[in-house]
Amino acid sequence: MDTTTSDHAADIDRHVRVYITVFASLMVLTIVTVAVSRFHLPVPVAVTVALLVATIKGSLVACYFMHLISEKKLIVAILALTVIFFIALISLPILTVSNGLGIH
Amino acid sequence: MDIPYAVEVRRDTGLTNGKIGIWLFLASEVMLFGALFASYILIRTGAPSWPRGDTILSVPMATFNTLVLISSSVTMVMAWASLKRHRFETFRMYMGVTILLGLVFLVVKYFEYSEHIHAGEVPSHSNFLAIYYTLTGLHMLHVAGGMAVNAYFWGPGAKLWKTNPEWFTNRVEHSGLFWHFVDLVWIFLFPTLYLL
Repeated sequence: MDTTTSDHAADIDRHVRVYITVFASLMVLTIVTVAVSRFHLPVPVAVTVALLVATIKGSLVACYFMHLISEKKLIVAILALTVIFFIALISLPILTVSNGLGIH
Repeated sequence: MDIPYAVEVRRDTGLTNGKIGIWLFLASEVMLFGALFASYILIRTGAPSWPRGDTILSVPMATFNTLVLISSSVTMVMAWASLKRHRFETFRMYMGVTILLGLVFLVVKYFEYSEHIHAGEVPSHSNFLAIYYTLTGLHMLHVAGGMAVNAYFWGPGAKLWKTNPEWFTNRVEHSGLFWHFVDLVWIFLFPTLYLL
């Protein structure tokens, strides 16, 4: 095995260790999500906590499993544009209401 | 005629065509699910009352399915890593497990749906169930689609490994990106529908 091949193999091994760590983190965060929901927090707090944990989990998947953390700038730019439009889309119904988040 | 830039990267984008293609497709998928999430917010905030998901839906089943889908994401990325290490049989094993985990997800969902339908809890029963069936139904279609593509690469599509391993590895990576996206959508659907 030449140096380049062994470097490449070491690189993949390092990636695999990261995947296992992310997997464990996702499992723990899933349990945290369910555990927090059992406290029956007020709706705005519950929504904030649940979406915060989901965002952390989603970021882990996107950054490490989908390799966004080391992806080319063009793809990051495409996704940044998508996120802007996504936020606009989600904001529209939120802006139309002023009486809380559903449960009265 | 050969498909251009399947393995070598384009000078202008620095990417293969397949890679940029799958990311553009995923961007459109974000907007598709975004529109449905926006509809959910609009319906929920406009409703005089809204049930907590856990009073209607089975949280243990959904939690189990979340763990299944997360596990399948890991096996998917391990399948790709196996190809990078030139271990084709290991790839086949991980890809097979990924497909099976997808199947487990769908079977659990089938039991969940059956339970509701037998109790008369169909989409027309309430706004909550209507948006629940729409979001989870569309997600299930994505799971089934991802499984079909993965099954192709596990079976007949794997022939490409013998003639062009790099191209095959790229294809598996793109299929994996879609599969992780499906996992990512579920990560948001789970708390939104079942826990809040």
